[in-house]
Amino acid sequence: MPEFVDILNAIVLFSNFVLVPAISYGAQLALGALGVTLVYSILRFSNFAHGDLMAFGTMSVILITWGFQSMGISFGPLPTALLALPFGILCAIGLSLMFDKTVYKFYRVKKSAPVIFVIVSTGVMFMTNAIVRFIIGPSDQRFMDGTKFIFRPREFKEFTGLSEGLALKSTQVLTLTVAIIAVAALFYFLQKTRTGKAMRAFSDNEDLALLSGINPDRVVLITWIIVAALATTAGTLYGLDKSFKPFTYFMLLLPMFAAAIVGGIGSPIGAVVGGFVIAFSEVIVTYAYKKFFIYLMPESLEPSGLMQFLSTDYKFAVSFIILVVVLLMRPTGIFKGQSI
Amino acid sequence: MNALLSQQNRAPLAFSLMALLLIAVGMGQSWPFALAIINLCLISAIMSLGVNIQWGYAGLLNLGVMGFTALGGVAAVLISEAPVLEAWSVGGQGMVVSFILVVITIVLAILVHRNMTSGWPRKAALSVLFIGAYFTINHFYEPSVLAIENVNPATMGFLGGLGLPIIFSWVVGGIMAAGVAWVIGKITLGLRSDYLAIATLGISEIIIAVLKNEDWIARGVKNVSGLDRRPVPYELDLQTSPWFMDMIESMFSGRLALLSDVERVTALKQLIIQGSSVFVKLCYTGLFTVVLIAILMLSIKALNSPWGRMMRAIRDNEEAANAMGKNVVRQHLQVFVLGSAVVGIAGAMLVTIDGMFIPTAYQPLRFTFLIWLMVVIGGSGNNLGAVFGGFFIWFMWIEAEPLSMAFMDLVTMGMDQASDLRNHLLKSAPHLRLFIMGLTLLLTMRFMPKGIIPEETRLHSV
Repeated sequence: MPEFVDILNAIVLFSNFVLVPAISYGAQLALGALGVTLVYSILRFSNFAHGDLMAFGTMSVILITWGFQSMGISFGPLPTALLALPFGILCAIGLSLMFDKTVYKFYRVKKSAPVIFVIVSTGVMFMTNAIVRFIIGPSDQRFMDGTKFIFRPREFKEFTGLSEGLALKSTQVLTLTVAIIAVAALFYFLQKTRTGKAMRAFSDNEDLALLSGINPDRVVLITWIIVAALATTAGTLYGLDKSFKPFTYFMLLLPMFAAAIVGGIGSPIGAVVGGFVIAFSEVIVTYAYKKFFIYLMPESLEPSGLMQFLSTDYKFAVSFIILVVVLLMRPTGIFKGQSI
Repeated sequence: MNALLSQQNRAPLAFSLMALLLIAVGMGQSWPFALAIINLCLISAIMSLGVNIQWGYAGLLNLGVMGFTALGGVAAVLISEAPVLEAWSVGGQGMVVSFILVVITIVLAILVHRNMTSGWPRKAALSVLFIGAYFTINHFYEPSVLAIENVNPATMGFLGGLGLPIIFSWVVGGIMAAGVAWVIGKITLGLRSDYLAIATLGISEIIIAVLKNEDWIARGVKNVSGLDRRPVPYELDLQTSPWFMDMIESMFSGRLALLSDVERVTALKQLIIQGSSVFVKLCYTGLFTVVLIAILMLSIKALNSPWGRMMRAIRDNEEAANAMGKNVVRQHLQVFVLGSAVVGIAGAMLVTIDGMFIPTAYQPLRFTFLIWLMVVIGGSGNNLGAVFGGFFIWFMWIEAEPLSMAFMDLVTMGMDQASDLRNHLLKSAPHLRLFIMGLTLLLTMRFMPKGIIPEETRLHSV
C-alpha cells in the first residue's frame, strides 16, 4: 500500500496539471458555448462567426486596457482588463447589432433555411476576422497585469511540506468567479424575469410567442446583447489566462460548438456542462500519468511508458472526436436540446 | 425572354472578363506571375467543381474540404518519394502487424454489433474489445513508430513512398480522398445540414492533426520538400538543352538582331532563363487544363443525366424523392464520395506544383471557406459557375493584397511619413483581403443569391 503522503502527493499532482487547468478552461468554454446555444435556440442558426466575435470583444478590451494603463488607471491586485470589460462588451454589442441589422435581419424576415444563415455567418466571420487582424495584428498579445499567482508551487511546497507543488493563478480563480456570476445572472434572467421568459417562449415556439404579443425584434436585440456580453467575457478570461491571438480564437469555435452540442444545443445548462465535459476530456486524455502512478503503485508495478492516451498535440482533436461521437450516438446531447 | 437571354449570356461575359483581367495582369505585372495565378486558378476551379458536386447538386454542406485537399497532398508524397528501406526494415513489420490488428478489431466490432442485441451486454463487449485493442495495437505500434522516426530524422524519419512519377498521385489522391470520404460519409450523412457542417469541419481538423503528428506518414511538421519525378521538365535542364535554346533564339531573333554581339549573348541568356520558367508554367497550365476540362465535361454530363435529375430532386425535396423510392442516404453518400475525390485530385495537383508538402499550411480559411466562397459566388448548381468562381475568387485572393496596399497608400498619402497610424495602416493592409472576401460573399448572397452564373432554370413547357 502506498503511504498517506504519497496519496496526497498524487492528488496534488493531479490537481495541478489536470483539475485546476481543466476547471478554468471549462468555465471559459462554457461561457462561449452559452453564446452559441443562445444564438441557436433563439435566432435558429449555428453561428460560425462566434469565435471571431469573441476575438473582437477581447481586442476591444485589450485596447481599452492599454488606454487605461497609459492613463495610470489600475485595478489594484486585479487585472485592469476587468475594468475595461464593460466597455469591450459595448463594442462587441455594437458590432453584433450592426451585423444583425445589415445582414441577418434580411434573411430572418425572408425566413431563409438554416444553411443560408450558416453561409452568411461565414461571411461575417471573414469580415470580423479581418477587422480584428487589421486593428491589432495577427500576433500574440498579453494584457495580464496585477497579481499573477495566489500561491506558487514553491510556496505551496513550503507550506504543506509535500514534494509536489500546486500553483493557483489568480486568473484561474478570477475565471471561475466571473463565470459563476455570469451564469447565475443569465439563469436568473432567463428563469425569473419577464424578458427572459419571453425569450424562452420565443425559443420554444415562435408562432405562439408572436401570438401572445411578444415583440420579436426586442427578443432578437436582447439575445445579441447577451451573446456579445458572454462572448467578450469568455474571450477576455481566456486571454488573461493564456494569451490573445486572433487565430486561436477562431479555432476555439470548434470546442465551443462541441460543448454546446454535447450538452444539448439550445439548452443553457447543457452548454455549461458541455464546456466542462470537453475541457476535462481534453486535459485528462492528453495528460501523462506516469508520475501519478509512481506515487500510487508499489515499485514493482511502476509503469514503464509515459502512460498517456494521446499525445498533447491531439488536444484539439479530442473535442472533435467527442463531438462526432455525441452527434452519432445522441444527437440531442446530454440535456436533450432541440433537434429540429 | 430578356431575362433568359441575359442569363444565357452571363457565362461567356464572365469568362471573357476573367480572361481580360488575367491578360491585364500579364501585361501590367508580368507573364510568369499571371501564369502562376492561372495555374492556381485551374486547381481552385477543380476544387470548386468538387464542392459544387456536393453542395450544388445535392445540397450537402461539407466544411471538410481542407481535409480532402490534404489527403490528396499526402498521396503526392506517398507516390513520388523514394521508399526508405531502412525505416521499413526497422519498423515496417510492426506497422503491418498494427494495421492488420486494426482491421481485425473493426471486423470484430462489426460482428459484435450485428450479432448481439442492443443493450448493456453489447456495449460492454464493444468497450472491452476497444480497450483491449488499444493496448494490443499500441504494443506493436509505438515501438515501430519510434524506430521509424529515428531513421535519419533530419532528412527522412518516415516510411517513404513508392518512388513513382508524381502524376500518378492525381489518381491515387482522388481514390484516397474518396475512401476516407466514404468512411466519413457513412458516419455523418444523416445529420441535418448545419450539424453536418460542424462535424465535417471537425473531422478535417482531425485529419490535419494526424498528418502533423504522425511523422511516419509524411514527416509531420518537419515537412517534405523537394518532391521530384514531376511531369514537366526542370528549368535548369531546359536552360542547358540545345533545342530550347534554339527555340528561344529563333522566337526572339528579330529583337536580338538589333543588339551588338556582346549584348546579344547576355540578352539571350536572360531570355532563356525567363523563357524556361514560363515554359514550365505553361506545361503545368496545359496539364491542369486537360484535367479541368475532363472533370468539367463529366460533371456537365452527369448533371444533365437522369442521375443529375434525381440528385436535384433529392436536393429540392428530400421527402418527395424518398417517397418516389430514391434511397436518399445512399445517393448522398455517393455524391459525397464523388465530390471529395475531385477535391483530392486537386489537392495532389497542388502539392505537385508546389513541390512540397507542408501540413501546417492547411488552414480552414484558405482551404475550406475560400473554396466555399468560390462555389457560392460563382453559382452553386452550375458547373461553369463553379469554375468561374474558382478563377475569380483565386484572382481576387491574390490581387486583393496589392490592391489594398495601393488603397492604403492612397488613404495615408496626406499623413505624416513618421506617424504611427500611417505605419500601422500600411502594415495591416494585407489583412483587408479577408474583409473583401467576406464582403463579396455577403453582397452576393444578398443581391445575387444564386451566384454570378446561376443554375439554369429548367422549364419544361408541355
